[in-house]
Amino acid sequence: MNLTAILTAAAFIGGVGLIIGILLTIAGKVFYVKVDEKVVAVRNCLPGNNCGGCGFPGCDGLAEAIAKGEAPVDGCPVGGSPVAGAISDIMGVAAPSGERMVAFVKCSGTCDKTSFQYHYYGNMDCWQMLVATGSGEKGCQYGCMGYGSCVAVCPFDAIRIQNGRAAVDPDKCKACGKCLNNCPRHLIELVPVSAQYRVRCSSHDKGKAVKAVCRAGCIGCGLCAKNCEQSAITLTDNLAYINQELCIGCGKCAEKCPVKIIG
Amino acid sequence: MKALLLVAIGAALVNNVVLSQFLGLCPFLGVSRKVGTAAGMGAAVIFVITLASALTWPVYQLLAMAHIEYLQTIVFILLIAALVQLVEMFLKKFSPALYKSLGVYLPLITTNCAVLGVAINNIGKSYNFITSVVNGVGTAVGFTLAIVIMAGIRERIEYSPIPRAFRGSPIVLVSAGLMAMAFCGFSGII
Repeated sequence: MNLTAILTAAAFIGGVGLIIGILLTIAGKVFYVKVDEKVVAVRNCLPGNNCGGCGFPGCDGLAEAIAKGEAPVDGCPVGGSPVAGAISDIMGVAAPSGERMVAFVKCSGTCDKTSFQYHYYGNMDCWQMLVATGSGEKGCQYGCMGYGSCVAVCPFDAIRIQNGRAAVDPDKCKACGKCLNNCPRHLIELVPVSAQYRVRCSSHDKGKAVKAVCRAGCIGCGLCAKNCEQSAITLTDNLAYINQELCIGCGKCAEKCPVKIIG
Repeated sequence: MKALLLVAIGAALVNNVVLSQFLGLCPFLGVSRKVGTAAGMGAAVIFVITLASALTWPVYQLLAMAHIEYLQTIVFILLIAALVQLVEMFLKKFSPALYKSLGVYLPLITTNCAVLGVAINNIGKSYNFITSVVNGVGTAVGFTLAIVIMAGIRERIEYSPIPRAFRGSPIVLVSAGLMAMAFCGFSGII
């Protein structure tokens, strides 16, 4: 056995390692960049999903922006009020009291309620089907197409296609807002989680045309608006809209709605 | 001069590091989703491979003097890892903009076997110092070329009606194979 060769090899590698270690330590001191303590502390509070729901490149980006004061302490839509509270402690500002929002699909056109123009088998993508003949299988040109582009984009697995229509699980939804831009018909909206009464339709067609394609569509009769004592409901382009800031949740609109799409 | 040019072209096109030597496949498949990020990765690789070729050549001469050439692989890995670390620190201090744009790709290069491959190739072909560096730059440019072309193809694949069984990695590997065959066309030029 050649002991010298083994020793030489070990000494060489050890020496190289030692030199590199020393050099890197020195370089670490020489090239040290001061990192704001606040950035690190804020980053530790954030959830770390890197979903981009805040509009910044990942949680690191948001942490930096919050520490610099460029973003609000409740900038993270995923963490909600607990995270906003923890961050406001670090930043030394009062915690904002915002209600948790959830995504909501403004359509109730499930397979049993809407009419079909044809049956389609193939690639499931709303954006592709938008340009197909008749814009998808369903007769309604405003409602959920049910091909699940929102499902594919949801980072929290909160959306499912149920009976041909997208439905949001309010417990899983973190209101990151990714689905809002991924619905070609813009059917998804963020609403306060406590809002009990919402209009589950987006059709701007006249009553007769709506009735022809869907049994669960807003016919624009205006009964909800007439019966709302808070004047929270407005009717524009044959579609009712509830202003959630004015709504007190009395439920008279849902009672009067002839097609039962409020609730 | 002519010899150097031949080495550079040979490294970039004829013996393309990805498509005919099959080195550096992980970043080639992993970071080729968008042309922008692929170009960023390519730039980072050019930077690191050039430095690594210049650094490993003298270190190998030391190894040869001590007659322990068989240690080259392990020593090169150490050197490349340290080099990437150093470059990262340096950029963070003096060019935060470049550091930000290279982002996560810089540390990723530590595990890029193309860098080690170039260093070992330089020794295997007993190049001198200048030729080694030129070979390094050529190889890195070849890598950048391959990954940017691949990213361009993948951006198109995104919107193509691919059969379900081929979606994702399979179609990417098939495209990579076709690209490798296309690059075989360069094999006669030197």
